[in-house]
Amino acid sequence: MTLIEAYRRMLLIRHFEEEIERLFLEGRVMGTAHTCIGQEVLCVGVAAALQPQDAMTTTHRGHGHFLARGADPVRAMAELFGKSIGYSQGRGGSQMMMDTAIGFYGSNGITGASIPFATGIALDASLRKSDRVTACMFGDGASNQGVFHESLNIAALWKLPVLYIVENNGYAMSTATSQGLANPCVADRAQAYNMPGITVDGNDFEAVRQCVAQHAAAARAGAGPALIECLTYRLSGHSRGDPRVYRTREEEQAAWDKDPIRIFEKRLIADSILSTDGAELIQREVNAELEQAILTCEGAPEPTLTEYLTALY
Amino acid sequence: MRNITFTQILRETLAAEMRRDPTVFLMGEDIGVYGGAFGASRGLLEEFGSEQVRDTPISEQAITGIAIGAAVAGQRPVMEIMFMDFITLAVDQMVNMAAKLHAIYGQNCPLVLRTPPGAGRGYGATHSQSLERLFCGIPGIKIAAPSNAHDASALLQSAIRDNHPVLFLEHKLLYPMRFAVEESLPGPMPFGAAKVTRAGEDLTIIAWSYMSVLALQAAAALAEEDIAAEVVDLRTLAPLDMGTVIESVKATGRAMIVEEGPITGGFAAEIAARITEGAFEYLEHPVKRVAGINLPIPSCKNLEAECIPSLDSITAAARDLALAE
Repeated sequence: MTLIEAYRRMLLIRHFEEEIERLFLEGRVMGTAHTCIGQEVLCVGVAAALQPQDAMTTTHRGHGHFLARGADPVRAMAELFGKSIGYSQGRGGSQMMMDTAIGFYGSNGITGASIPFATGIALDASLRKSDRVTACMFGDGASNQGVFHESLNIAALWKLPVLYIVENNGYAMSTATSQGLANPCVADRAQAYNMPGITVDGNDFEAVRQCVAQHAAAARAGAGPALIECLTYRLSGHSRGDPRVYRTREEEQAAWDKDPIRIFEKRLIADSILSTDGAELIQREVNAELEQAILTCEGAPEPTLTEYLTALY
Repeated sequence: MRNITFTQILRETLAAEMRRDPTVFLMGEDIGVYGGAFGASRGLLEEFGSEQVRDTPISEQAITGIAIGAAVAGQRPVMEIMFMDFITLAVDQMVNMAAKLHAIYGQNCPLVLRTPPGAGRGYGATHSQSLERLFCGIPGIKIAAPSNAHDASALLQSAIRDNHPVLFLEHKLLYPMRFAVEESLPGPMPFGAAKVTRAGEDLTIIAWSYMSVLALQAAAALAEEDIAAEVVDLRTLAPLDMGTVIESVKATGRAMIVEEGPITGGFAAEIAARITEGAFEYLEHPVKRVAGINLPIPSCKNLEAECIPSLDSITAAARDLALAE
């Protein structure tokens, strides 16, 4: 993935999430959605380190991972609109989308539940002796589920090619890590399972990409799993309608002042990889792409019960 | 013909399926060297090795999720949960992941989860339960509950070849029982096909798993009293073959369901409701249930026996129903 393409995907995720929040406020999409505004650089950093044959699982906050991995924004958005052209034909909603053709194995909306699922995808790779690595994305909150510990122990025992990538964004919904983790460093937990545990700046594209690429190469070579903790910040609320009473507007403003996308953009401009005009052009293209996506979604047919009745087996 | 235990035919079936398809593999706690708590995989490690007969740590939730992930990625895992009581630890993965994969995401999940329910061995309240009721109301999970060696082999083959998650019940009292079967293993048998295992005109007894064994024994005892009980062995609970049940009840006019789990909130209630919906005008008497009493299963022999259906209680209830005005 080129740096320009990485930048484009970051903007796509940011704008996708902003549009979703707006569409919810306007009552044009229903259900729930958890946006990842502020975490886009991390999403793309991980995706940029993976190879086409690799797998990725996600969380309830999964749009960013999916788009970073190369999802079609029309089909992803259509899933939120509840339309039959959505990835899950409108049946899954925001939290339940998969596209195995691009190695994306989704989430099921249960915090931590994709950790063993990702481990099982890695077991398949191990049994096939394939060179596939699975990137298992989850949050600091999920690291408190028992199944996190069970899965890491097993992956280390069996030397499975899986990377456990924690997005430590400071809050499990409203619960600050200081209130939820006896030891606030998630990476420290790796020691207990005899695997590398690394903490990186999750808002730094190169830091994330390099760390994930390094441990993916090791996992491919048979070194087994690693736990990579990416420190980041969720600029958006937990889900729609979150009044964010658990943190101050000053804290949020300080985080906005260090918006990871703007930092990445400045760096690309400083390095003459991107011009100001070029950045504006990409932003306009992304806006137009999503504008068209929304029109397509609104005009798409709703799923029918007749079809769904045949879906169980 | 040969006489073979339920355990032995399971072991032969697992081995045959692993030989047939190398993506079939076993995983569970103490299934390798130890051969499984009830011996179902004894000897298989030697032939298939530790990758295909895979011992796991005691982590029921993770191993269930791992099996589901491997299944979605293309393997055919056959998991063992040592006692059905421990399945509570795996329920999240079964209910929220496995059961949703096809209907929501359009993904196959060829997973078999084998586990022994049932009391009768004095193992106590957390090693004796029949918890199929936790899954009967979850669309997306198939449930097999065989009562004999032939059906166990045929249904296990179907379960392993099925592209969707199957919960496979092996009542622990069945394991040492011997059954007459053909020399070679039967072929796979479709799910959703109940069997009339004994014909009769006076009443229909509906049961599954080990309760089907007791139902047949009760029917034999009642025959001595000139009461002709028909026995329907459901064989699978999901999909459920109500057609065979309704046809039988229409002919006998009296229906009794036997379930080992406690009477409240059990699967017998569902069957009773469907009988009243499908054959009400044929019923000569209200549908009857014989089931466990609403208490945790105690460990001591006498209380345990009194808390679950027995040959005597089934026979007595069937006699009462057959003779009721």
